Amino acid sequence: MVDVRYETAFKLYPYEKVAAQAGAPVRHPVVVVGGGPIGMALALDLGQKGTPVLVLDDHDGVGLGSRAICFAKRTLEIADRLGAGQAMVDKGVVWNVGRVFHGEKDVFNFNLLPEDGHRNPAFINLQQPYFEKFLVDQIRAEQTKGSPIDIRGRNQVTGLTDHGDYVTLDIDTPDGPYQLEADWLIACDGARSPVRDMMGLSFEGRVFEDNFLIADVRMKADFPTERWFWFEPPFEGAGQSALLHKQPDDIWRIDFQLGWDIDRKAELDPGRIRARVDAMLGSRDGTIPDYDLEWTSIYTFQCRRMEKFRHGSVIFAGDSAHQVSPFGARGANSGVQDADNLAWKLDMVVKGLAPDALLDSYSTERSHGADENILNSTRATDFLTPKSETSRIFRNAVLQLAEKHAFARPLVNSGRLSVPCVYDGLPLNGPDRLDGPPISRPGAPCPDAPLDDGFLLNSLNGTFSLLALNADVPDTVREAGIEINVVSLADTAITDDLRARYLGDAPSAVYLIRPDQHVTARWARFDTASVRAALRTACAME
Amino acid sequence: MSLNLTPNIPDPDGFYDTLIQAHADLSKDESDAFNARLILVLANHIGDRDILAQALEAARHD
Repeated sequence: MVDVRYETAFKLYPYEKVAAQAGAPVRHPVVVVGGGPIGMALALDLGQKGTPVLVLDDHDGVGLGSRAICFAKRTLEIADRLGAGQAMVDKGVVWNVGRVFHGEKDVFNFNLLPEDGHRNPAFINLQQPYFEKFLVDQIRAEQTKGSPIDIRGRNQVTGLTDHGDYVTLDIDTPDGPYQLEADWLIACDGARSPVRDMMGLSFEGRVFEDNFLIADVRMKADFPTERWFWFEPPFEGAGQSALLHKQPDDIWRIDFQLGWDIDRKAELDPGRIRARVDAMLGSRDGTIPDYDLEWTSIYTFQCRRMEKFRHGSVIFAGDSAHQVSPFGARGANSGVQDADNLAWKLDMVVKGLAPDALLDSYSTERSHGADENILNSTRATDFLTPKSETSRIFRNAVLQLAEKHAFARPLVNSGRLSVPCVYDGLPLNGPDRLDGPPISRPGAPCPDAPLDDGFLLNSLNGTFSLLALNADVPDTVREAGIEINVVSLADTAITDDLRARYLGDAPSAVYLIRPDQHVTARWARFDTASVRAALRTACAME
Repeated sequence: MSLNLTPNIPDPDGFYDTLIQAHADLSKDESDAFNARLILVLANHIGDRDILAQALEAARHD
């Protein structure tokens, strides 16, 4: 039997018996375990590229609860490339202002001040079930166009045999067990990854002794669309810190930091939660708006990662590979970047266009990203929950000074919000032969910029691209069986933002850009031998 | 640039007196908080991470 571990918000892939459940195990090029945001983004990307992918999920839809709620611009750009971004932005709540309180005092506020000339906002708040649903909606749309994506709900992986160059999976279903084989197995099965356990792999890191209570509250309230964060909140029972943040559908996310020694069951009692929420909501002017408790949960967290994300034919992505504290929204956002990084590499390896060493670069690049995220989220956690008396004294000194003095405000850390990492100095990068802006150096994710008609990132279509700015390039470039998408803009078509982000003072530029929209190399002019060599480097061919 | 560890404060006795007087009416907790604020204010004024690292090192060993 397949256990039901949680209720679903949307039943998106009900169980259906398939012929493959009888007879000899069928071999699949790519099997993804776990139909969460990472698994679905990966499946959608692979399917769009024409690589067959099977997703196995032990439930028949998206779990209840808002969970990850802050989606960063880079995630929206990736979702946009996959065709699901607009639905997310349309549904999501765009926000820019954050307000920090310390006890009764309004310490300061910040504005993310998003740079102009990007298609997507800096952040949206959106409940995770919607994020997943929009990905699955797009998968369904792709399936009708013939994309080779298959999703099997209530298919639980119960065993794994690693044969080196493929794996055999034991799967349980409501109709009993069957087996299948996978050339590549991608474990997107979450922080408690059963695949990781079945392979006996460790997951080392730092445990934080703290419990956080989440209450999603449905109410009509005139609180502004801002992120409100309290250090040492003045209202009854709020714990060490508290957060209030708006989501779509008149839902507000409220977090309370409860500390370590708590009685989980007692704290989840609705009466007790309501007393806390009443105290917070009434702290403004004494009136408590009518509200319903939509979803509540208590979570703990760790900051840790696997040493390597690739183990032969088995690759880990998202929370199964790395886990961070929630401060900074670096969990789901970094996982989606894992999928973005892995999809094109896996696609090329499956198609025989690149050696499987290319997949080692996934582990190198994304563990670099995980380290950056763990560092940032660990620092935020240490500021939020000082681990010594002296640490608390300094933390409170920063908050006190921040009320009056601008200098102390950058030291206040209630979470450094997720930005994509730059793959500086990593092996897939080619040369930087342009005296250009650092923001678009090799290894960096391409900054978006407006074109006369649309946005730059929409013209970088999931293949390798050559972006030529005021430079002569051939109409087509092909190397080692790979067709490069050429985007050439004459000087008159270069908008000011595009110029600032890609040329600086340089009169012309040629950028080689990876399918995941990271810059691989750049030059002042086009040179066919240089571009070909950089492409081969970017595909781990040499 | 390296951290200045030679005498640099005019009227050293006067400065020392001012520093101690600033704590005169404070409890231990208030003094600890005051010191933390003072360190942060001075550190920001210095700004240079290399100098700050040398200062941390000097304080650690002296």
